[in-house]
Amino acid sequence: MMKTKQEETDFEVRSLDSMCVNESELVHPWWYNFKYAVVGVIFGIVFIKAEIISWFRIQEMFKLQSFHMYGVIGTAVIVGAISVFIIKKLKVKTIHGEEITFTNKKFNKGQIYGGLIFGLGWAITGACPGPLFAQLGSGALAIIVVIASAIAGTWVYGKFREQLPH
Amino acid sequence: MGGIISTQYLSSPDPVVVHPDLAKDLTQFGITDFSGLVPAQLFSFESLFTLRGLIMMVGGGFLVGFGTRYAGGCTSGHAIMGLSDLQWPSLVATICFMIGGFLMTNLILPYILAL
Repeated sequence: MMKTKQEETDFEVRSLDSMCVNESELVHPWWYNFKYAVVGVIFGIVFIKAEIISWFRIQEMFKLQSFHMYGVIGTAVIVGAISVFIIKKLKVKTIHGEEITFTNKKFNKGQIYGGLIFGLGWAITGACPGPLFAQLGSGALAIIVVIASAIAGTWVYGKFREQLPH
Repeated sequence: MGGIISTQYLSSPDPVVVHPDLAKDLTQFGITDFSGLVPAQLFSFESLFTLRGLIMMVGGGFLVGFGTRYAGGCTSGHAIMGLSDLQWPSLVATICFMIGGFLMTNLILPYILAL
């Protein structure tokens, strides 16, 4: 029997929450999630090989001492834009034949305040959330503390969301 | 897992080349080990018990987690995918990421590193 996820989640809250709002109506067995693990592993390898997770590269970026990160992010945006264009133009389907939809982002002040706060943290830790895990995998075991603290940060946000300007 | 695989099997023996000006700045603060992807002298269990390490690891991590959720996305969600999809709120967020980063690296971090 096909069960929809729609009924158990609140779209408004989720759209504030995450960058990807998954509108898939299909319910899969748990091991289907392994495909995400494969993509994640590739992503992690790229993080390390491209030195995106290097604390030093991030410092160089913010001191305008190297083009490295600008090149990486710029290339990613160009590839992403072409991909998005092709997906929209050709109405590319997911591997399960579902339509891919793009949700327009709504502006709220969180993008300014949260963006600034994230920027401060990015320059200290030399990592955004994904790379923290790759840093841990690269052998910097103490990064587990940073990850725990970041998770605590997301939790505190959730706790005080109502009081924060959006 | 990707991190483990690339470090174990795909790493190149050459050290990461750090810009000489950055190396000079960091040396002033006692950071001389440029071998890892993260400076071991800042991010280690020993440094967790120093004020500098505590601020950078716990404080920095907190800002990353809190800011990412507040902004509704991170570098990949806003800067890469958001810009790819021509979402102007993502451009605002990306600009704010960069402002925050420039402020921290150039104005605030030197004081933290000096602790």
